[in-house]
Amino acid sequence: MALAQAKQDVTEARLAALSLPEGAGWIKAAREDALARLRAMGLPGRRDEYWKWTRPDALTAPDAAQAAVFEGDDTPVFGEIDRVRLVFVDGVFDAAQSDDPTLAGVEIERLEAAAQTDIHWLKELYGVLETRGQDPVHRPLAALNTAYATDGVVIRATGKAERPVSLIYLHESETSDATLHHVIKVEEGAELTVLENGPAAARLNMVMEVEVADNAAFHHVRAQGRDHERRAVTHLFARLGTESVFKSFTMTANGVLTRNESVIELTGDNATAHIAGACTGDGDFHHDDTVFITHDAAHCESRQVYKKVLRNGAAGVFQGKILVKPDAQKTDGYQISQALLLDGDSQFFAKPELEIYADDVQCSHGSTTGAIDETAIFYLRSRGVPEAEAQDLLTLAFLAEAIEEIEDETIAEDIRTRLEAWLARRRGG
Amino acid sequence: MAALDKTEVKEGVDQETVDAVQSIAGKYKHGWETEIEMEYAPKGVNEDIVRLISEKNGEPEWMTEWRLGAFRRWQGMTEPDWAMVHYPMIDYQDQYYYAKPKSMTEKPKSLDEVDPKLLETYEKLGIPLQEQMILAGVEGAEGTPADARTGEQRKVAVDAVFDSVSVGTTFQKELKQAGVIFCSISDAIRDHPELVRKYLGSVVPVSDNYFATLNSAVFSDGSFVYVPPGVRCPMELSTYFRINAENTGQFERTLIIADKGSYVSYLEGCTAPMRETTQLHAAVVELVALEDAEIKYSTVQNWYPGDEEGRGGIFNFVTKRADCRGDRSKVMWTQVETGSAVTWKYPSCILRGNESQGEFYSIAITNNYQQADTGTKMIHLGKDTRSRIVSKGISAGKAQNTYRGQVAVHPKAKDARNFTQCDSLLIGDKCGAHTVPYIEVRNNSSRVEHEATTSKVDDDQLFYCRQRGMDEEEAVALVVNGFCKDVLQALPMEFAMEAQQLVAISLEGSVG
Repeated sequence: MALAQAKQDVTEARLAALSLPEGAGWIKAAREDALARLRAMGLPGRRDEYWKWTRPDALTAPDAAQAAVFEGDDTPVFGEIDRVRLVFVDGVFDAAQSDDPTLAGVEIERLEAAAQTDIHWLKELYGVLETRGQDPVHRPLAALNTAYATDGVVIRATGKAERPVSLIYLHESETSDATLHHVIKVEEGAELTVLENGPAAARLNMVMEVEVADNAAFHHVRAQGRDHERRAVTHLFARLGTESVFKSFTMTANGVLTRNESVIELTGDNATAHIAGACTGDGDFHHDDTVFITHDAAHCESRQVYKKVLRNGAAGVFQGKILVKPDAQKTDGYQISQALLLDGDSQFFAKPELEIYADDVQCSHGSTTGAIDETAIFYLRSRGVPEAEAQDLLTLAFLAEAIEEIEDETIAEDIRTRLEAWLARRRGG
Repeated sequence: MAALDKTEVKEGVDQETVDAVQSIAGKYKHGWETEIEMEYAPKGVNEDIVRLISEKNGEPEWMTEWRLGAFRRWQGMTEPDWAMVHYPMIDYQDQYYYAKPKSMTEKPKSLDEVDPKLLETYEKLGIPLQEQMILAGVEGAEGTPADARTGEQRKVAVDAVFDSVSVGTTFQKELKQAGVIFCSISDAIRDHPELVRKYLGSVVPVSDNYFATLNSAVFSDGSFVYVPPGVRCPMELSTYFRINAENTGQFERTLIIADKGSYVSYLEGCTAPMRETTQLHAAVVELVALEDAEIKYSTVQNWYPGDEEGRGGIFNFVTKRADCRGDRSKVMWTQVETGSAVTWKYPSCILRGNESQGEFYSIAITNNYQQADTGTKMIHLGKDTRSRIVSKGISAGKAQNTYRGQVAVHPKAKDARNFTQCDSLLIGDKCGAHTVPYIEVRNNSSRVEHEATTSKVDDDQLFYCRQRGMDEEEAVALVVNGFCKDVLQALPMEFAMEAQQLVAISLEGSVG
């Protein structure tokens, strides 16, 4: 079916000022393919079912809206953790602020450099997982990213990395518009942890493609920047091999608009995928977690845990899907999405979906929405805990299930501290 | 049944369960056809056909215009494609939109005069003789025999719709005494135009969706119920829909109004002959519950599902919606969906009145190549509104079974409460079970909970039962029986029997 004219117009308007970056023949082809894909799909509009509850306008507009830079009042997250720091300022790699990217068993390159090389393993992955993720649901903003991303890192882990690789996204210009594309390959038996933090820019479009080979493990912990006015759309595409482990956690505090899409394919038997998110929103805040997990192998386990705390008119969206293909027998799929609405103005929208074609599976999902439990507050108050503190305690308890998905205890503690601080700042306010 | 026979049954799924599911789709009991002379309108749909249907029903001008308005809108609409059902393009011009048994042109005066074929039809469908006499349209048959039965058995007043026309409504006199109006919608348009004009299309607007709009243009008959304030309808009301003629679409329209403080329980059953070609059924049901009124609407849908190769069957596109307009009103939908090749049906409740309640209980069984996309919508608008959704889907053979539902809580619907549970059971590895719920909560005093599971028979439950000394078969029987129980219990007694036979998951000798 031909694309609606309005959709075509929005797409062309967005593309007008862009030009495909330079690179070797293979990446040029990958970028041109992505552009063709994008033109065929068109950018998302308000009438698209997949964007039912999130307005994509700000993400598809030709120019990024201004966003004030947030002056942090505490130490940056992950500060205490021994890691290899790679810093991006407004979406551009800054070697001066970054650590020396050498880590035993891990190759780290800048996308730009890899793109100039004629022969590179990246060819097998760049835009490949993104393309796989376009079916059955279109993700045009990811195709836009594949075509035009100018920066990013390319990481290949061949052994067990001693330290996490930490991607730090600094935001300095109020009109910055960043497009980052990372590709990560965790080879057979290897292990890697990637940390991400910071707002990156006034507007961020980020894609991360992750291939986790047989028996490999990948951990991902992300803290999205606290800048109030920032907007972001991120896509995490992952493909999992036999007996591999993939765990991802995202904390989001603040931000006018965030859409985090995670597209995970379990293609080898006995693979495990856990994906979790904790978000706290106050006022002008719209947060959307869209997850699509495909079970295409037997004996796999997937787990989605999403918790949202919303107040003062904040809105939360969860669209999660578990697709179990016919031969994915003995699948264990679990999904929970919960929202705690701290006042009457906040809203939560959820579409927890199951699509199952195998009979010997155990899949369940739950979704709840409601206010804080008054009897629990009463109980705490009767024990002498002031009301505001009682509310914070219960809120943290509510978020705990998501934070527990982080395997590394030090990182989990760091995240917990941030959420406590966020609540403390807003106590009574 | 070939398809399912070949299915490798997983450990833990009892053969009897499989057999029970087989018996539903495999041995379709109502697949015969009545050979009866019919009067058809020409094939296809256009303004002339719409006018003709209106004229045949002796409708006033406003009704004809209403239909034409709907038809004009329908021409500008496109068929929805979002449901998880796939079927060949429907040629809307290759259908008959009006079919009526010729013998019905003049009402027969006694049982001897009734077309024996029509009589036979109802006999075969298992409707008791006395009712059958009434159903066949015999004037004066409603009095004594019906009264004689009072006290022995709960009475059910029946409106039977054969293809496009209502052939008879029973117990009208008795209902009249109570003030209840129960008649065909064509009679209602003639005799109670003020009620019809006020409520028709007020719950499902003319342009609501593609199929509802088509129905608004071409509906030929259906049932109408009005229960006056404070009246508890003295008996169950029932409509029996029968598609008989080939290539004929059935478009019935049901309108039920429960006035302040009244109560009515309504049952609906449907069957159709087995044919290799598919047939279209697009109904609209509108329920209006005013203050303190309660409507219980139960359906056993057993349209012909097609054969095991997926040939033939009914395409069932139904729009059912209830408007809980008054405070403390209550609507309860219960459905057992076992038939139809394609089901597209979402009985919904608009909870407008404060403290109004909506309930939805559903069992959907699909086998062979059947596809069902069914669920509900609960729209919470009033304060303290409550809704409860219990959906059980059983999928076997090569069938696809989808629950699609929406729970929306508006900002003003303070302290609303919803609980949703949808469970799916898969039997065989060629079928699919899907859950697509939409949850929208716009205030924090409400509590919305949604749970869904998809599984084969649960091993833990089996283990527990076996540990208590049951053998495996008994244990499975108990677990599977329990799977559908929530819904079966919600059915009125009159339908529970039929539904249990249809579901037949409860096994002989099992507990409960």
